[in-house]
Amino acid sequence: MAYSEKVIDHYENPRNVGTFKTEQDVSTDEVGMGLVGAPACGDVMRLEIRVKDGLIADARFKTFGCGSAIASSSLATEMIKGMTLDQAAQIKNTHIVEELNLPPVKIHCSVLAEDAIKAAIEDYKKKHAK
Amino acid sequence: MSAKAAPSKIDVSAKRDDDAVKLPIFMDNHSTSAVDLRVVHAMLPFFTQHYGNAASRNHSFGWTAEAAVENARAQVATLLGGDAKEIVWTSGATESNNLAIKGAASFLKKQGNHIITVETEHKSVIDACKRLQREGFEVTYLRPAKDGLVTPEQIVAAMTDKTTVVSIMVANNEIGVIQPIEAIGAAIKARNPKCLFHTDAVQAFGKIPFDVEKAKVDLASITAHKLYGPKGIGALWVRRRPRVRIDPLIDGGGHERGMRSGTLPVPMIVGFGKAAEVARQEMEVEAAGLRSLRDRLHKGITARLTETYVNGSMEHRLPGNLNISFAFVEGESLLMALKDVAVSSGSACTSASLEPSYVLRALGVGDELAHTSIRFGLGRFNTEAEVDYVIELVTRSVERLRTLSPLWEMHQEGIDINSIQWTPH
Ligand SMILES: Cc1ncc(COP(=O)(O)O)c(C=O)c1O
Repeated sequence: MAYSEKVIDHYENPRNVGTFKTEQDVSTDEVGMGLVGAPACGDVMRLEIRVKDGLIADARFKTFGCGSAIASSSLATEMIKGMTLDQAAQIKNTHIVEELNLPPVKIHCSVLAEDAIKAAIEDYKKKHAK
Repeated sequence: MSAKAAPSKIDVSAKRDDDAVKLPIFMDNHSTSAVDLRVVHAMLPFFTQHYGNAASRNHSFGWTAEAAVENARAQVATLLGGDAKEIVWTSGATESNNLAIKGAASFLKKQGNHIITVETEHKSVIDACKRLQREGFEVTYLRPAKDGLVTPEQIVAAMTDKTTVVSIMVANNEIGVIQPIEAIGAAIKARNPKCLFHTDAVQAFGKIPFDVEKAKVDLASITAHKLYGPKGIGALWVRRRPRVRIDPLIDGGGHERGMRSGTLPVPMIVGFGKAAEVARQEMEVEAAGLRSLRDRLHKGITARLTETYVNGSMEHRLPGNLNISFAFVEGESLLMALKDVAVSSGSACTSASLEPSYVLRALGVGDELAHTSIRFGLGRFNTEAEVDYVIELVTRSVERLRTLSPLWEMHQEGIDINSIQWTPH
């Protein structure tokens, strides 16, 4: 199967790879983390958001999965930067499908990226719900 | 120490000129192979010069074609240890497997309705059996051990008085594991000499010694395109002494002793014959060379990467096969990094089911490891320089993808992946 140029670009030059855990200037209560998928299904995404003044200031990801899964999560980190939590929660997998030209067999990768965003937001909100 | 700057493309160009390899590299020889030039040359005259119909009995065009077909029959049969008259030409091993299993089961349906095979067989065996199940036959799918092997005892234990066909492959197309086919044949025949023994010999034919008499098989499927011959030509070897009878799948002019009608594709048959002849002369030397290339590949990779797991027995394995899982790196993402190297993966990210290789599953390889498997299939035309290039590229790509993998990070931190509550999707 041929990959779209955008998938290849994100796969070869993934954006925002890593984890805030190892970044000294980030405090844990700024961070929300979403871990979705399962190793047995061949896809695991971990997406972290760093929230400042109600905006997603930065994001990190690591993904175990095919090229389209890596690209979907890499793109997701770019899309959500600068958004409010509510805006980010509105992101639909179809946005990712369109942006990356994903074929039907790869739709699930975009769904997983959407789930990862939502899970990270949930995690952040849970931390701050007192 | 953030990982903001992502590692980019892998550069493996820092190689000496005399080691230069031509890209892309083909290392997927279990799927098919390049046609050997000697085979091409043997075929060519049969397209434009000797284009007769081998069934034409009344002119020289027909006689020339027929003589070429009979010569090829002998070439192929000799490599199997059989007789030329026992070869039935087919369109390939998918047809051979269907013809053998359905044809034998149908012919013997008054004697019984039970078939035995193994979970790791090629789809053309499994799906032929599934169709027979829908038609009322009973099929036992044996589960191999973790190393991919089945035992003669296991097979005999599954045999009943209703068992008419047992189908066990010589060597597996994914993991390269070679079954103890001679012991299996002896055991089946000792239990019931009338039970037919079919083997899918596709991957073994011309690669390792395989002899229909020594293995006591009744039916053997082979195909040319895995042996540096053309695609679209195969054969079913059908024992004549004692005579094995099967129902045909294709009716027509009664070619191939009534077992497979249709005008013979003479150039393809000539090519298959030549491919078999070349293999017979070169197999021993070639196998030794492939084994050393394969071991070089295996050692080269494992010397530099931890957490790699070979799938299936290393000892009972085709010389050109290496099936290996790179834990924490999804197979298809690795294939993408290896885009100039043709190999295949047991991951099934592209399939609708999202299920990894059924062969690895049958071995009890966990799904998470099955998703990380890569099959290397070395063949006649691979070189040491290519192997070295692939070692370098694979190593660097796995290292890069592991830096992207949350599972690798967890593993490094000592977190047990299985202790996490995953959300299967
Ligand atoms: C073990 C095995 N059996 C059968 C086949 C089918 O052969 P063919 O491609 O000639 O139909 C293949 C190859 O795809 C194979 O590897």
